Amino acid sequence: MADIAFLLLIFFLVTTTMDVDSGITRRLPPPVEQPDVDIKVKERNVLNILVNKNNRLLVNGEPGDIKTLKEVVKDFMTPHFPDDPNFPEVEEKNVPLLGNIYASKGVISLKNDRGTSYDMYIKVQNELARAFNEIKDELAQSKFGTKTDKLSDEKREAINEAVPVRVSEAEPENIGDR
Amino acid sequence: MSKFKSSKTKGTPAISTSSLPDIIFMLLFFFMVTTQMRETSLRVKVKLPLATEIQKLEKKSLVSYIYIGPPTNVAIYGTESRIQLNDQYARVADVPEFVASEREARNEADRNLLTTSLKVHKDTKMGIVTDVKQELRKAGAFKINYSTLKGVNK
Repeated sequence: MADIAFLLLIFFLVTTTMDVDSGITRRLPPPVEQPDVDIKVKERNVLNILVNKNNRLLVNGEPGDIKTLKEVVKDFMTPHFPDDPNFPEVEEKNVPLLGNIYASKGVISLKNDRGTSYDMYIKVQNELARAFNEIKDELAQSKFGTKTDKLSDEKREAINEAVPVRVSEAEPENIGDR
Repeated sequence: MSKFKSSKTKGTPAISTSSLPDIIFMLLFFFMVTTQMRETSLRVKVKLPLATEIQKLEKKSLVSYIYIGPPTNVAIYGTESRIQLNDQYARVADVPEFVASEREARNEADRNLLTTSLKVHKDTKMGIVTDVKQELRKAGAFKINYSTLKGVNK
């Protein structure tokens, strides 16, 4: 009896995999029918991030670094009031549970080369997510006194509505090969 | 009188092993419950990148997987990154069909909750990933998850 139990135990010990699937969840935009029609967004509302095939960053025309990217994005996306022409426009929004708040109209535009490594792409996505999560945490801290992950579902919903994650990925262009 | 004394053993008595089967059974049931068999055998190497801002995938049954990475058998297939759908290599053009068949396999109510998990080797170039993403967009599978491990990049 004990032998059979041991045998089964060893079998399940060997076959078991304890990995939990986790990752960065994103929503892809629906396909565009007419790629020629551009949606005009004011230049001050956009933070352009380019990643080239050597995994170098260009943030709004200046060489950037992955280490400082989070701060740049966070600074850009935090609503500045009164209006500052160096930062995106702010709009007043009425969000349930939060009342009237100021929200940034900023958009992060991310564009990568075909030769960019996946590792770098994930790093950039991770830094963007970190920046947004910190803004959300700060808002949650000031409004509810706790961090976002400790809030109830409807409060978290309100925070998510107040700080929308606006990361737009440019339509890929085929320049050169691989 | 001393001949009775010598038969007595000195030192601590042996630990009772009568509860050992119980412990073994407990472990057995634990592993039986937590185990899950891998359905597909990997034909590509997938070494996931690290990230910190990760979310857990909630419902495993509503996740379909796309593996992208260099083939395990370098001698035959070379080192260029390939896409693996189900159990075999596939081309980018096969992705919509894969999405359709994955959808077909789910309940009607759950079909638009389907998440596509991209398990991509960290050294893969973005070109192939972008192509797959474009195909997913066209196929209407908008919810995607870049599978990563939890950890801090150096």
